Amino acid sequence: MVYSLPEEVLEHVFSFITSDKDRNVVSVVCKSWYEIERKCRRKVFIGNCYSVSPGIMIRRFPEVRSVELKGKPHFADFNLVPEGWGGYACSWIDKMSRAYPWLEEIRLKWMVVTDESLELISTSFKNYKVLVLASCEGFSTDGLSAIAANCRNLRELDLQESEVMDSSGHWLSHFPDTFTSLESLNISCLGSEVSFSALERLVARSPNLKTLRLNRAVPLGKLSTLLQQAPQLVELGTGAYLSGVRSDVYSALSKAFLGCKELKGLSGFWDVDPSYLPAFYSVCSRLTTLNLSYATIRSPDITKVISLCPNLQRLLVLDHIEDSGLNALALSCKNLQELRVFPSYLYVADANVTLTEQGLVSVSQGCSKLQSVLYFCHQMSNSALITIAKNRPNLTCFRLCIIEPRTPDYLTHEPLDIGFGAIVKHCKNLNRLSLSGLLTDRVFEYIGTHAKKLDMLSIAFAGDSDLGLHHVLSGCEILKKLEIRDCPFGDTALLANVAKLATMRSLWMSSCAVSIGACKILSRKMPMLNVEVTDENGTLDPKLDSCLVEKLYVYRTVAGPRSDMPGYIWTMDRDSANKI
Amino acid sequence: MDLNYKATELSLALPGTDDSPELNTTTTSTPIKTNKRGSPEMGPSAAGESKSAPRAKAQVVGWPPVRSYRRNALQGKKVEPEMGSGMFVKVSMDGAPYLRKIDLKVYKSYGELMKSLEGMFACIIGLYNEKEGYNGSKHAATYEDKDGDWMLVGDVPWEMFVTSCKRLRIMKGCEARGLEL
Repeated sequence: MVYSLPEEVLEHVFSFITSDKDRNVVSVVCKSWYEIERKCRRKVFIGNCYSVSPGIMIRRFPEVRSVELKGKPHFADFNLVPEGWGGYACSWIDKMSRAYPWLEEIRLKWMVVTDESLELISTSFKNYKVLVLASCEGFSTDGLSAIAANCRNLRELDLQESEVMDSSGHWLSHFPDTFTSLESLNISCLGSEVSFSALERLVARSPNLKTLRLNRAVPLGKLSTLLQQAPQLVELGTGAYLSGVRSDVYSALSKAFLGCKELKGLSGFWDVDPSYLPAFYSVCSRLTTLNLSYATIRSPDITKVISLCPNLQRLLVLDHIEDSGLNALALSCKNLQELRVFPSYLYVADANVTLTEQGLVSVSQGCSKLQSVLYFCHQMSNSALITIAKNRPNLTCFRLCIIEPRTPDYLTHEPLDIGFGAIVKHCKNLNRLSLSGLLTDRVFEYIGTHAKKLDMLSIAFAGDSDLGLHHVLSGCEILKKLEIRDCPFGDTALLANVAKLATMRSLWMSSCAVSIGACKILSRKMPMLNVEVTDENGTLDPKLDSCLVEKLYVYRTVAGPRSDMPGYIWTMDRDSANKI
Repeated sequence: MDLNYKATELSLALPGTDDSPELNTTTTSTPIKTNKRGSPEMGPSAAGESKSAPRAKAQVVGWPPVRSYRRNALQGKKVEPEMGSGMFVKVSMDGAPYLRKIDLKVYKSYGELMKSLEGMFACIIGLYNEKEGYNGSKHAATYEDKDGDWMLVGDVPWEMFVTSCKRLRIMKGCEARGLEL
C-alpha cells in the first residue's frame, strides 16, 4: 500500500529542487506531483520562445518569480538571421505584466525588446529585481530611464552586448537618490557617454555593488574614483584603458586597485596602453576570470600579466597572446578551466601573430582542469587534435574555428576527420562541439558513434553527402541543438530522421541542399514541428518541389505556427506550403 | 623568371606554402544549386583594403563566426597607435590581389624585414646595391615617407626608416630601376 505524503511536505521537498531539468522530471512522475510541482515552480527557462506561448506558460505555472527566454537562433550572432526575423519579447512581457505581479527576474537573449516593454516592466512588478538583456535590440536609453526611475528594488541591470539606441547619457540620473539596492550593473555595450557624476553617485550609494562593467567611454582617469567608492567589487569591467602619459592617473589607479581586496574578475581593457597594465598587478593573484579579448596587447606584456595570475580559471584573449603566451599560461595557470582565443584580424593571417595549434596543445598539456575551449586559428593538424584529446579527456566544450573554410591538416594535407574523431572518442562528456577545417562524411560517422553526450553541434563547410547528416541525427542520442551552414546535406538525411527532430530544441540549416518538397513532407509527417523556410531573394517557388531552400529552421512547439514572421519566411503547414 | 603568381593565387593553404590542395572534396551528392554564398567569383571588398583587385578574397557572410558586437569593436580600431603597441604599415605588391600589414617594430634590421616580405609575397627582393643595382632580382622594395615621397628601401639607417615609413610597396624591378637615376 502506498502512502502519499501530504501536499505541503512535497512542496517543501520540491523547493530544494531548483534545476529546470530536475523539475521537469519531477513533474512527470504522476498527476498529483505534476499539479503540486507546477503550482510551486518559481523559475522557468524557455530555450526557444516560439516553442510555447506565454498563455500556456502562465496557465501551467501561476507562481513564477523568474523567467528566462531565448529568441533568435544562435546563428543570429553571425548575421545569418535576417532583419525582422522575430524574437519579439512584447507579447511575453505584456501577458506576464498582468499575470505575474510578483515577478522578480526577466532574462532575455537574442530578443527584440521595445522601450514600451521596458516601461511596462518598470511599472508592473512590485518587487522587480533583475533585468538581463543579452544580445538584444530594439530599445533605447529611454526604456532604461523608466527602469531606473521605477524599479525601487532593482538588484541587477545587465545589458550584455545588446544594441542600445542612445538617446541620452542621462538615464542613469533617473535612479532616485533613495535607490541603494544595486548589486550588478553592466553597461559595457553602450556607445555613448553616460553622465559620470550620476554614475559616481550611484556607485557611492550602492554598498552591495559587486559587479560593475563600464563602457568604453568611461575614461581611465575616472576609474580610480569609482574604485575608491566601491572597494567591495568582485567583478570589474574597465572602460578605455589609456590616458596619455599621466603619472598621477597611474598612481591613483594603482592605489585604488590595491584597495580592491575582493576583486576576482576583470574585463574591458579597450584601447590598452600597456604602460598602465602594472596598475592592476596587485589584484592578479586573486583573479579567477580575466577578459582581455578586446585588448591588443602582446608579449611581453600579456605574458607578464598571465604569470601573475596563478588562480585563473577563465581566460578570454586575442590571438596576440601567440603560442609563447599560451606556453606561459600552461605553466602558470594550473586551475584554468576555460580558454577562449579570438582572432584579431578576421580574414587574412597577420604575419606578426604566431598563434598556431601548438599553443592549444601546450595548454591542453599543462592545464589539467581545462574543460572548455574556443579557439580561432589558421592552421591545425590531426596529430595536434589527437594529442589534445588524449591530454584532456575531461573536455566538455570544444569549439575550434580554423579561419579559412575547408583548411586541411597543414602537415599531411588530409582532412581533419581523425583529429576530431579523437576528440569525440576520448572526451566522453563532450556536450558542445564546433567543427571547422576540411572534413568528410567520416568525421560525422565518428561523431555519431562516440559523441553520446553531445547537446549542441555546429557545422560549417563540411561533409560530402547526406550520409554525414544522417550519422549525426541517428547517432547523437541527446542532441538538442544542431546548426549547419554550407554543407551538402539534404532531403534524404532529413526525411530519414524526422522523429529525431521532435526530440531536439531546433535545427538550423542554411546554404545546404534541402528542397521545398522535403520541407513539405517533413511538415506533414511531424505536426508538432514548425518548419520555417526563408526566401529573402524571392526566388523560391513554393510549387516547385525541387527548389532549394536558402535557410531552414525547424523546431518543436506546442504553440503552433507563429504569426509574427516577416514576408520572406514561410511556415510549411500540414496541408501545403502556405505564406502566412 | 615568372612573378610567382602562384603565391598570389586564391587557395586554401596558408600564404607561403607550396602545395595548394584541391579546393573541393569529392562530392557524390547532387551539386548544390543557387544560393551558396561566398563563391570565389563573388563580389569585391576584401576587408576594404584591396584597391585594384579583380579577384578580391571573398568575404563569406557570417564567417568566421565572430559576434557582430566583437566584429564592430575590432573594426572600430582603424588606427593603430604608434606608442606601445607596434607600428603597422600596409604592404602592397604590384599584381597581388590584396595587401598585407606588418609591424615594423618587430624587425631589427633591413635584412629581417626583407626576409619577412619575401616570405609573405614569395618573391625575391634584393637589397639595393650601388654597384650591382638590384642584383638581378625582379622586385624592389619602396616606401612612402612622412613627406609623401616614394623612397627606395635601404638608403637610410634602420631606425630612421622605421620612424619615417608610412607604407611599403614592392614594385616590379623594371619600374624600380628608374629610381636609380
